[in-house]
Amino acid sequence: MLKYTEEHEWLDLDGDVATVGITKHAAELLGDVVFVQLPEIGAKFAKGDGAAVVESVKAASDVYAPLDGDVVEVNKAVVNDPALVNADPEGQGWFFKLRLDDIKAMDGLMDDDAYQALVESSA
Amino acid sequence: MSVDTTTPIEVLRRTPLFALHVELGARMVPFAGYEMPVQYQPGVLKEHLHTREAAGLFDVSHMGQIVLRAKSGDVRDAALALEALVPVDIVGLEPGRVRYAFFTTAQGGILDDLTVANLGDRLLLVVNASRKADDEAHLRAAFGGACEIDVLDRALIALQGPQAEATLARVAPDCIAMRFMEARRLTLMSAECLVTRSGYTGEDGFEISIPADMAREIAEELLANEKVAPIGLGARDSLRLEAGLCLYGADIDESTTPVEAGLSWALQKVRRKGGARAGGFPGAEIILEQLASGAPRRRIGLKPEGRAPVRAGAPLYAEEGGTAAIGAVTSGGFGPSLAAPIAMGYLPAALAEPGTRIFAELRGSRLPAAVGALPFIAPKYKRG
Repeated sequence: MLKYTEEHEWLDLDGDVATVGITKHAAELLGDVVFVQLPEIGAKFAKGDGAAVVESVKAASDVYAPLDGDVVEVNKAVVNDPALVNADPEGQGWFFKLRLDDIKAMDGLMDDDAYQALVESSA
Repeated sequence: MSVDTTTPIEVLRRTPLFALHVELGARMVPFAGYEMPVQYQPGVLKEHLHTREAAGLFDVSHMGQIVLRAKSGDVRDAALALEALVPVDIVGLEPGRVRYAFFTTAQGGILDDLTVANLGDRLLLVVNASRKADDEAHLRAAFGGACEIDVLDRALIALQGPQAEATLARVAPDCIAMRFMEARRLTLMSAECLVTRSGYTGEDGFEISIPADMAREIAEELLANEKVAPIGLGARDSLRLEAGLCLYGADIDESTTPVEAGLSWALQKVRRKGGARAGGFPGAEIILEQLASGAPRRRIGLKPEGRAPVRAGAPLYAEEGGTAAIGAVTSGGFGPSLAAPIAMGYLPAALAEPGTRIFAELRGSRLPAAVGALPFIAPKYKRG
């Protein structure tokens, strides 16, 4: 199940673990990513907590925990090669995997149609 | 993640190249009261590298272009008047030459930095967009009736990079003979332009003052060379940071003196103690004393270890566990040509030696950084 947040992040749920990344739209707005800082495995986050940092030449941005949960895996590939975030934001450029406290919370997020509508309305 | 989609409430001004920027796919942002291109489709990183490898065209029409003309008709009188506001040798500036300068405060701080060109019968000042209204008022208050002050309504384009000369030479062959910090009136496509061999990137290049109604035509002609790409303010900032050049309002302001800022080179002997026209500018006592015996702090370059950019405002510490900040970063980010984070900031003079290891605070941790010499890249100015 693929869902999106108003903060331009995507979550792909498998069991109770959601893979989290930033959307193609967000990656385009950010521009070339030059640095990524990921959370520690085991870190617990509440929805809205800053979980990772992504930096372009110009600015630093937070990547928020999209829902409550704890980090079970991080994508070291984007630390070693931050350009992956631009090249494949919704694939190889993922940030971390979050074991959700409550998978039903996914229902409160946007599906693809709703997210595309949000992007178009902000364009 | 957070994306800034705030729309400006104030009414923003547009340069004569606004429509061209939009057609070229620029992302426009508010900057110093203008709607300016922050980047085009390729993005900051590629625009930066393209400027260093080929050539970039920058719209800097938001900057202030101010002409000073002495009512006596003698440019020397305008130069003498200006010397009352800047610690720089303007009287000795030859016709056709350009010099870097700054307006100082009575406390020795910096009100703005600028370039001054001697056009033979007048001086042309180019000042920062964010300061131009204040600078004009400052000049009018100081000069009373002795000088005419004209704020020009012209476009200003910077053409920078190793292909800048060949590109400009296609429309103005005489530019080839120009040297760094030289100014000439040149005709580009039948428009009377004022060209200086200068810039804000560390590259060879030109700044071209153009009648507003010819700006688009000339910009398009320069962009017709496939080696030239339009470059936004994002890359302009990373280019000048690598070149170790100050950004007013970040690296220099009213609280920094020229000596602290490492700009003593801009104060010629004639304005220093013992010089023929020593002092006579605001803050002279403080600035000349610092020149003689040193300033308590210095602007320095910083190379953070690792890959995390350290940005403006980050406090600096002498020790990893230090409790009192000894300075702060004033500009910082990622240097695309160095493929590494770089920054500038201020440190106590004793810790300002290249190689000194200090610590920057970043998101709650202390990151080691080495004090480095400025500029970070070797400038390519055509001095020969």
